[in-house]
Amino acid sequence: MAVTKVVMPKLSEAMETGKLLRWLKQEGDRISGGDIIAEIETDKADIELEAFGSGVLRKLLATPGTAVPVGGLIAVIAEPGDDISAVVSGAPAGPAPAPPPAPAPPAAPAPAPALAPPAASAPAPAPAPVLAAPSPAPAARPTTPVAPPAAPTVLPAGRLRVSPLARKLAQRANIDLAGLTGTGPGGRIIQRDIEAFVAARPAAAAPSAPPARPAAAPAAARTGPATEDVPLSQIRAAIARQMVQSKAPVPHFYITTEVAMDRAAELREELQALPGAPKVTFTDVVVRACAVTLQKHPGVNASFTGDAIRRHRAAHIGIAVAVEDGLITPVLRDCDQKSLFQIATESRDLVERTRARKLRQQELSGATFSVSNLGMFPVDEFSAIINPPEGAILAVGAIADKAVVVDGQLAVGKRMRVTLSADHRVMDGAMGARFLADLKAALEAPLALLV
Amino acid sequence: MASERFDAVVVGSGPGGYVSAIRAAQLGQRVAVVEADRPGGICLNWGCIPTKALLRNAEVLQLFQRAGEFGVTVDNLRADYGVAYTRSRQVAERMSKGVEFLFRKNKITLVAGLGTLTAPNAVRVQAPDGSSRTIEARAVVLATGAAPKSLPGMTLDKTRVISSDEALRLDRLPRSVVVIGAGAVGVEFADVFAAYGVQVTIVEALPRLLPIEDEEISKLLARSFAKRKIDVRTGVKVQAVRTGRDGVTVELEQEGQGARVEAAVVLMAVGRGANTQALGLDALGVATERGFVKVSPRMETSVPGIYAIGDLAGPPLLAHKASAEGVVAAEALAGHAGRPVDYRAVPSCTYCHPQVASLGLTEAQARADGRAVKVGKYLFLANGKAQALGEPEGLVKIVAAEDTGEILGVHILGAEATELIAELALGKTLEATVEEVGHTIHAHPTMSEAVMEAALDAMGQAIHL
Repeated sequence: MAVTKVVMPKLSEAMETGKLLRWLKQEGDRISGGDIIAEIETDKADIELEAFGSGVLRKLLATPGTAVPVGGLIAVIAEPGDDISAVVSGAPAGPAPAPPPAPAPPAAPAPAPALAPPAASAPAPAPAPVLAAPSPAPAARPTTPVAPPAAPTVLPAGRLRVSPLARKLAQRANIDLAGLTGTGPGGRIIQRDIEAFVAARPAAAAPSAPPARPAAAPAAARTGPATEDVPLSQIRAAIARQMVQSKAPVPHFYITTEVAMDRAAELREELQALPGAPKVTFTDVVVRACAVTLQKHPGVNASFTGDAIRRHRAAHIGIAVAVEDGLITPVLRDCDQKSLFQIATESRDLVERTRARKLRQQELSGATFSVSNLGMFPVDEFSAIINPPEGAILAVGAIADKAVVVDGQLAVGKRMRVTLSADHRVMDGAMGARFLADLKAALEAPLALLV
Repeated sequence: MASERFDAVVVGSGPGGYVSAIRAAQLGQRVAVVEADRPGGICLNWGCIPTKALLRNAEVLQLFQRAGEFGVTVDNLRADYGVAYTRSRQVAERMSKGVEFLFRKNKITLVAGLGTLTAPNAVRVQAPDGSSRTIEARAVVLATGAAPKSLPGMTLDKTRVISSDEALRLDRLPRSVVVIGAGAVGVEFADVFAAYGVQVTIVEALPRLLPIEDEEISKLLARSFAKRKIDVRTGVKVQAVRTGRDGVTVELEQEGQGARVEAAVVLMAVGRGANTQALGLDALGVATERGFVKVSPRMETSVPGIYAIGDLAGPPLLAHKASAEGVVAAEALAGHAGRPVDYRAVPSCTYCHPQVASLGLTEAQARADGRAVKVGKYLFLANGKAQALGEPEGLVKIVAAEDTGEILGVHILGAEATELIAELALGKTLEATVEEVGHTIHAHPTMSEAVMEAALDAMGQAIHL
């Protein structure tokens, strides 16, 4: 009886579109709830799509390889006798998603206003879809419609809400509007969103100073274009979007401390030596220490909601994992409830599945705090960008042997520098500093992390 | 001494305070408003509204004076300023009653008396009868407005040297007036006085009338005022104001040259200062800057829970800006994430004849900002409706960004300019560019077509020019 619409699921906060990788079932196949029917590539991972309803897969509406906006209809499940024409016809015709019927067809044949100058002489920019290659202005259009009739090609269903000024600024700065989230009423993209985006863009956009080594080999021998544009992968685009959304509106501040890791290193050695023990990384130790310390500092395990500060009871910790073309921060939930061994076991699984792009949906969002460890590189210290809506992130540098003074004597000690990036709307310097002091104490007396 | 508890207490019931109180009540807050005078503040009682009534009288009178143009003969034209005064008071009275009605409707408690902060969440109210009570509230909104200032060393004696407060209480006009200050207040009173045949001299230290407006507007207005025999003296310093038996002598200095003007009365219109004195701000550590209370975009002062809005919170000293800030403060104190006021989209209006309205940057400011600008202009002379009305004076001028067409500033001089500005304030708020304004279909024939044509002109596409 029931007709089930299969739509592109929203798999993460930031997800706006998903690419259908392949169908795992054919039209006509019988499906029961829970069957995997397709694979979807999101900006973070490849995800298997489960069917919610049971019946026959009557219609596949999305073509493999195409991007579909969140909520867009991709298939219909129903019994053989059910009439699905209404459901299907309400959807974009054919397998390729097309724009929904526009409320007012812009091409309405208005009597050509004799007074209006032809487009050719109008300096007005043509409303070319932002994602499309810049195309010459359509010569036939007598006037330039103000609201572009077509939303960017990748977003067929969701008409972009964007102010005329923001649209013009974006065109001039060559910004893909589909990659922006608006801060105007109802998520409308407005001037300040573009300005924030431009301001946060890497220096490449700025007219930079002369090349650092102008005296280097003359370019005579070099052929081909001077620059190469590498198209953004889904994940690269998501990172670009997320980071700007963090850095521009979130007022970051940073606090750094140095932690004596001698005892933590010893402890880790001893734990590893235990029979049947999992491999415990320094990241695991730091994650456990953060979870314990966050319980004492609920003000740090918190998010800014616009009109309140939301304190989270559980410590769900995001662990930044470098992958081939970017960075994913999968979430290890309830770290405060888990032993160091549990964290070690689960985080290893999580990291491996992250690299293999085999994460489950709930592992992609919901962190209350994050840890980013670059200690495997020769990095003394660094500061990380907060992953909204989290209130803080801990950046972990390498552990190094250093000359230290212990009880007035010069000695060699293992030292690690950690930097807390904190959202100033959520907390102040002293609160962050107290958290960091307790974290340092927890790492320097690490036995407590085992209980 | 009784003490009562509310969610919010608003001190002052002008266009900032009463709007804030109503918005807070709409959001479910229990609200009290403390008012030492009559509900409605300066705006309704001694500012915007009664002056508009007087200016309407001036306008009607001017129409009669040029009735001949329309083929209407008027013999024995006499204008009774006493009636104009009475009418202005009736209008103000009606509006003030309206505020009381709105308070009742929104279940807002109106408390008569002078409010002083005694703690971040407590306001002591000194009633006219000498009794006092304390009102406690989770949040306090300060909205006590501003009062006329004088020049240093020159006192307002309130008979010979008066401010707008006294000018609005005149039921007979003096035969001559020197207006010191050619901002909106000075210019509007000069307009009313001149219409009623008072000999008016208007003196301004800066080089032009309405110095904050676009230079082109100032020039055109000066020309119009000169035609009406208003003596405009700009770039002039007032050295002294000396009160004698029959009048006042104002000593001026212009480029080293001394001059003097005599008049029956001097109207001091040199700006207003925030009413911060009686509020008890210092004791609570509420930060101020240049005499105004410092506020965040959510209108919160340096002390959490205390908000300040309107004239108290700094320029521009405009009723509608106060109302907008009142809404922001109400939403903030009720825990809503309101939208902060966009100060680039606050229109500014002067109701002289012809009217002046503007928003955003003047052409000179936009250029000084280093922006590449394009300017679109359209004269009412070429507008059919303006011609039919017999009001061909003035123009619409739009200053836009060269690259995007962003509306940077709008400057209108002409009949109903103050109504025409609304379209562009909306445009600015929605981030429309000159392209959208130019492509909007405007009814014909209307004055508003001049707005469309000015926008088109900025794109080099004006039709009727």
